[in-house]
Amino acid sequence: MVEMRRICKSFPGVVANDHVDFDVRSGEIHALLGENGAGKSTLMNVLAGLYKPESGVIKIKGRVVNFNSPRDAIHAGIGMIHQHFMLVPSQTVTENILLGLEEPRFHLNLREYDRIVFELGERFGLKVDPRAKIWQLSVGEQQRVEILKMLYRGADILIMDEPTAVLAPQEIEDLFVTLRAMAAEGKSIIFISHKLQEVMAIADRVTVLRKGKVTAAGLDARSTTRQELARQMVGRDVVFRVEKKPKEPGKVVLSIRDLHADNDKGLPALRGVSLDVRAGEIVGLAGVAGNGQRELAQVITGLRKCRSGQITLNGEPMTNRSALFGILRGVAHIPEDRTHVGTAPNLSVTDNVIMKQYRHPPLDRHGFLNMPFANKFALQLKSEYDIMVPTVETPVRLLSGGNLQRVILAREISGHPSLLVAVQPTRGLDVGAIEGVHRLLLQQREANAAILLISEELEELLSLSDRVFVIYEGQIMGEVKIEPGEEPSSELIETIGQMMTGTPLEKVHLGKAEQHV
Amino acid sequence: MSESAPVPVPKRRRFFPYRLRLEPRLKEPPAWYPVVLSVGAIVVALVIGGLVIAVAGGNPFASYAHIAQASFGSIGVLSDTLVKATPILMTSLACSIAFRMKLWNIGAEGQFIMGAFGASAVVLVPLFPPETSAWVVLPTMMLAGILAGALWGLIPGLLKAKLNVNEIISTLMMNYIAVSWINYWIFAVWTEGGFQMSPVFPKNAWLPRLLDYADAVPFFRGLTTHAGLLMGILVAILLWLVIYRSRWGYEIRLIGDNPRAAEYAGINITRNTVLVMILSGALAGLGGMSEVAGTVHRLQTSPIAAGYGFTGIIVAWLSKLNPLVAILVSVLFGALLLAGREIQPSGIPKMIQGIILVCLIGSDFLMRYRLHIERIAEEA
Amino acid sequence: MDLLVVLQAGVGTGTVLLFATLGEILAERSGVMNLGVEGMMLIGAMSGYSVAIKTGNPWLGVIVAMIAAGLLSQIHAFIAITLHADQVVSGLALTFLGIGISLVLGDGLSKAGTVALLPTLSIPLLSQIPILGKIFFTDQSVLVYLGYLFIPIAWYFINYTRPGLHLRAVGEYPAAADALGINVFRMRYLYVFIGGLLAGLAGVTISLAIAPGWFSEMTTSGQGWIAVGLVIFAQWDPLRAALGSYTFGALRRLILDIQGPMTLFGFDNPFYYNPYWGFFLQMLPYAFTIVVLVIGSRDAMRKRLGAPAALGVPYIRGERGK
Repeated sequence: MVEMRRICKSFPGVVANDHVDFDVRSGEIHALLGENGAGKSTLMNVLAGLYKPESGVIKIKGRVVNFNSPRDAIHAGIGMIHQHFMLVPSQTVTENILLGLEEPRFHLNLREYDRIVFELGERFGLKVDPRAKIWQLSVGEQQRVEILKMLYRGADILIMDEPTAVLAPQEIEDLFVTLRAMAAEGKSIIFISHKLQEVMAIADRVTVLRKGKVTAAGLDARSTTRQELARQMVGRDVVFRVEKKPKEPGKVVLSIRDLHADNDKGLPALRGVSLDVRAGEIVGLAGVAGNGQRELAQVITGLRKCRSGQITLNGEPMTNRSALFGILRGVAHIPEDRTHVGTAPNLSVTDNVIMKQYRHPPLDRHGFLNMPFANKFALQLKSEYDIMVPTVETPVRLLSGGNLQRVILAREISGHPSLLVAVQPTRGLDVGAIEGVHRLLLQQREANAAILLISEELEELLSLSDRVFVIYEGQIMGEVKIEPGEEPSSELIETIGQMMTGTPLEKVHLGKAEQHV
Repeated sequence: MSESAPVPVPKRRRFFPYRLRLEPRLKEPPAWYPVVLSVGAIVVALVIGGLVIAVAGGNPFASYAHIAQASFGSIGVLSDTLVKATPILMTSLACSIAFRMKLWNIGAEGQFIMGAFGASAVVLVPLFPPETSAWVVLPTMMLAGILAGALWGLIPGLLKAKLNVNEIISTLMMNYIAVSWINYWIFAVWTEGGFQMSPVFPKNAWLPRLLDYADAVPFFRGLTTHAGLLMGILVAILLWLVIYRSRWGYEIRLIGDNPRAAEYAGINITRNTVLVMILSGALAGLGGMSEVAGTVHRLQTSPIAAGYGFTGIIVAWLSKLNPLVAILVSVLFGALLLAGREIQPSGIPKMIQGIILVCLIGSDFLMRYRLHIERIAEEA
Repeated sequence: MDLLVVLQAGVGTGTVLLFATLGEILAERSGVMNLGVEGMMLIGAMSGYSVAIKTGNPWLGVIVAMIAAGLLSQIHAFIAITLHADQVVSGLALTFLGIGISLVLGDGLSKAGTVALLPTLSIPLLSQIPILGKIFFTDQSVLVYLGYLFIPIAWYFINYTRPGLHLRAVGEYPAAADALGINVFRMRYLYVFIGGLLAGLAGVTISLAIAPGWFSEMTTSGQGWIAVGLVIFAQWDPLRAALGSYTFGALRRLILDIQGPMTLFGFDNPFYYNPYWGFFLQMLPYAFTIVVLVIGSRDAMRKRLGAPAALGVPYIRGERGK
């Protein structure tokens, strides 16, 4: 169905695809596996017509094709569903589906098309209200719209880029059912992922990319192992756990009681959250993206107001106090958004690392900045945290994701925080960088900091946390303890999984009790 | 289509088998690069301006030569250039501090005018008996100018901070209101014999000029450069210190670069919006005082509402918001303005300013991207 | 002072604002902020007037005015779209450029002779309607009637047609439009151009219809900026834009006419006896624009509507963010 031969694509400074070969048969689900930055998205963007490769050949159904724009690719029957949905939030489902098409010619007869969209949805088991505006839909529903969009255009080849990143386990199952149904109808599905379990669960064949090159092509998913795939992905045997020593936690540093807060759309995001974090422990917060984690981090760090509830820091009330209040009291925040929140792109590395401490001597001298000291400080952090920059005057927009995160970590940790709120700290980083971050977090735990780790990577949470809370639709479903030094049991993982899809802990236990009877 | 900026390109016609490709710079260009680029932009701008002049029936070479002659030809005209540069310097400083925070203060013109008004009011009300020493009158005028300008900046600042009202339009509107305001006072209240100007200020309200010291230093004879220039330079130095070396300057730069990061760092954007607008207005107001007390010596609309506020925007941009560079650039524009007075058509200086700004913005692009000329190679 | 006459003239003045505002709405809906409206209007006014004098044909003047302003807009388009520079500064630069070029090329225009103006006419039947007929359909320039047509056309186009859908998508979420094959860059260039055409039309409406003549910068005296403010008040909707434009037009006429008569509604006219108070009247349109902005901003905050989401943000395909 699809053949890609010797595709080369580079960006300034990096070769994203290096003579990549890739093919997909009709009626199969082919997974494209690799770490972040391995070149999977780039390759698929080439196939989808968004990028033009420097060299290489693409054949669809045996015919050579040359895409100059996404439109060409769509005409050839290729539909790409991106990780970040390409949907216009303020427009309706139907309007989004009709976008970019030749029909209707001029007048927009929405009612007619609402009907067509609805029927299409019924046919493929993707139910959605055509007149709803995108911003009103849940993430899973939005994904359905994306799929419908491609099906409406008669796509035979569907490319799905990390589709499960934003879904709860149950929704993932639904998606897999849909994908299998579509494959059964003869469609080809390319499934980009970095999650081994899912790939093994859904794919017929697997191709692995590492640093722009193919390391394993078209492996039969059923006859390979997780270890094998991981090795192909990373190049060495991956250690799935980091060393965590047992530690007695100290006093309660952060205490949250019955927190209620709204999100940007005015809808409730936090509905009565309560949790504690003690000194010297890592408390993990698990949950699918969009269940209130972002708002929780923002409320704790003073970037969002809450409607009601209480937050206490070392006994001192901190509810609805400013960000500055927390910063002055040793609250560190590793934000989800490195580029748009955590750093100032055109300012130098030095300017960025003093962002939290510039109010204190020795950086501050009666209202003036001690620049020589600031530069020395930056150099020190540069070597300590292995930040790779030509000089500390370099503007941080030129830094790679991993280095940027190191800058942020250097800044936040060097202030010896009493509370560290880390949100998705390893997103988009390669394995080496991830290990580095984990090490630093554990070091802070040793140093008696209280750490709240909010992450979508369950593995990360399980290997680092002492306790894990699960949040679902703004409420805490339950708390589980993680014993250090042991591999978490599958039962534990299943419990967490159930909580992530909305079952409170008590009900989970009840369910188990019933089973045993 | 390539993923980089789609520069319009001839479609596959083989007689021009080259393609322009732009790619983002990965490293900072060497320090001399921005300077060369800016100078290049000005050169291009002058060429374009020359073309337009030619179209309008003038002689561009004669015009430009005239400008050079008329601004730097002799000490006398050099002094006149400096006089023209003074108000431009003040307004450009006002603009640069605001622009640092991405606060688009287009109202420097109005704040300048109000500063002139405030300073004039001290003299024309009058606030002091006629024989009061200049040491009292002048500082009071400065204060009045600063306060009036600050007020004119405060209003749009508050509107922006509290209600998110677009400051470009609000400050611009304040310009027009300021003009009407001083027109009223000039025509109706302080008019001199029915003419459209106030009476001349008494000597104790004049900023000292070089020619005041011609007895001691004969070289200064006839030179009208006044203390406003000194004020401007001092303020420029102070401003430089504030922006690059002070805590507050750091906060302003941070807000301007990434307001969300500034918020995250605990900086209060609302408060700083208001403060910076007040400061910006105050600086422009001081400029108004300096012009009215150093050059015009009376309150009169056309020399005061002469577009210094707008020229200041361009100078600030051209100086890359650096106060020290602004000193130099103001002189350049002072020259342009001075010579422009006598050039026909009279719109030329304004037009050249516009072209320079456009070329500058365009050239800024080359700071962030590199131009590659490459052969169109394969076809799939 | 006849209120009806004031309103009637106000419709004419308002038409100028209407064209400029509609043009800017279209440009901004595609995601590009073009602050150079004042400059484009002035170029339109000057070139239209100049052509009309030289050729004696005002319609030719209208066409040239629109094209001239449209071409000028493309400079901003190039800088903002292809070079992804800051749109605010680029727009400002365009204003200076437009004003400057107009002054240079238009030098001496005010003494160049008489000009043929665009026809004015009344619409039969409709002009018989009491009050409204007098205001809207009697003795108005053809351009005014053109303006009436533009309002529903613009509204229908933006909201109920396929190209309108694409326009909105490009301004809200260009990545989505791009991924579906819509050429974001081409659309933005196009709509900036249309914005320029309309701004030029607004300018020539002044110089060949409403306030004929060439008065250097005073020809437009800030109406381009008022239009930009009206776009915000209009919440990017043509119907509200019409409301704002005509209201403003009426206000401007009122300010002019209120100073003339000796008595006002039976009382001594204070503006007649204190002519200098006219200066305060002159402030009104500008102060009102600020008020209009405040209203527009608060509405946006309340209704969570506001600007097209991608307004002012250059679109770079395949940006390696996050």
